[in-house]
Amino acid sequence: MKKILIIEDESALQKSLSDVLSQDGYHVNSALDGETGFKLAQSEKPDLVLLDLVLPKLHGLEVLKKIRENIETKKIPVVILTNLESMQDIEKTMELGATNYLIKANYSLKDLLIKIKEILGE
Amino acid sequence: MKYQSIFRELNIKKQCDKYGVPLWQCPQFLFLIMGIMVIITAIATYYIGTKYIFDPRLVAFIVLIISTILFVIGFIISQSFERLAEANKIKSEFISIVSHQLRTPLSNLGWAIEVLMSGKLGKTDLQQFEYFVILRENIVRMNELIKDLLMVSRIQTQTLFFSKKEFSLVDLVQELIQDFKVIAQASNVRVIFNQSKNIPLIFADQFKIRQVIGNLLDNAIRYTQDKGEIKIKIEVQGNRVYFAIQDNGVGIPKEEQKYIFQRFFRADNVMKYQTQGSGLGLYIAKSIIDKSGGKIGFTSQEGHGSTFWFTAPILKTKV
Repeated sequence: MKKILIIEDESALQKSLSDVLSQDGYHVNSALDGETGFKLAQSEKPDLVLLDLVLPKLHGLEVLKKIRENIETKKIPVVILTNLESMQDIEKTMELGATNYLIKANYSLKDLLIKIKEILGE
Repeated sequence: MKYQSIFRELNIKKQCDKYGVPLWQCPQFLFLIMGIMVIITAIATYYIGTKYIFDPRLVAFIVLIISTILFVIGFIISQSFERLAEANKIKSEFISIVSHQLRTPLSNLGWAIEVLMSGKLGKTDLQQFEYFVILRENIVRMNELIKDLLMVSRIQTQTLFFSKKEFSLVDLVQELIQDFKVIAQASNVRVIFNQSKNIPLIFADQFKIRQVIGNLLDNAIRYTQDKGEIKIKIEVQGNRVYFAIQDNGVGIPKEEQKYIFQRFFRADNVMKYQTQGSGLGLYIAKSIIDKSGGKIGFTSQEGHGSTFWFTAPILKTKV
């Protein structure tokens, strides 16, 4: 069973996303802030991280940086899932090694699930 | 560091960019022009004065008075422009912030409704399902509006990014006709695509040109009544590809045609048929085409229909 970590401060978004992923057979862990999110990435070593950018305690960019700097987590694919869509944000995350940059508003849960499967090579 | 900040202040182009207005509307540029005019007027007054007035003190006094008056007028005008430009900038930032803040609760709603509609949390009966569809459609509408507002904000602050490459306009149009097929059928409108052979690739931002054609096609279907016909044509004109979409819809009243590419403008006659619509689609389309190195225009007759057209460059052009 593949593990997915959702780092998202909007509890409603986190709930619907995690429900859908669990129903589809994934093991889901979630965190409501960046700090907890990074700790979970280290301890759980998920197959994929879905990361929001505007997060309390530790900004998404910092979380991404830490994941890429840590020897245990640096190879985990990290998909940015946010509603920010400035070129600056996209470029910064890509420079830091994000796998993909998805705008929440452009994705239904169904399309997001397809995208996740594609990234996981399923 | 101090010198650097002085040079920054002197860089008028950079100063003007932050307001997102053309150079001729920029307060700093206008102030510079006013300064040059004051100097020219002072020199001209001096020469005229020394030729016709023999008392040098009187000449100096006249030059001083005229220069001061011009300077004060110029200062007041440029100050008002600066306030306007500042207000414009704040408005664009406001639209951007509000749009971002609106998107998150909308995503919340959209995803939650999707979970409910999936039936995985329990069966929904037909009537409930119909209400969920209404909710979903309205979320899509609001998302589209927010997208347009963000686009407008980017156009105004000149932060709209273009990622240009070569692509086939014909393929793009075919894809879009397919996407709009259901809406066209539901509106009883037939879409006919006449393409010339060997249309070369165009060099532009595919995603943005898609939005332009999407807006034009959406308008054509929306403002064409039953048994309507939409004709799309693509041909080569010199080093450009020409796209035209003709409908036999409601058309645009002659007296309102000059406002058609303005933000939030909606013609009086279309409000009778369609109350939906933000009046941003054509403004966005024009901004995209202008920035893509093409031209956009239309001909229209009220009650008979409209033809909207644009051109896009074939060869790589620096914009």
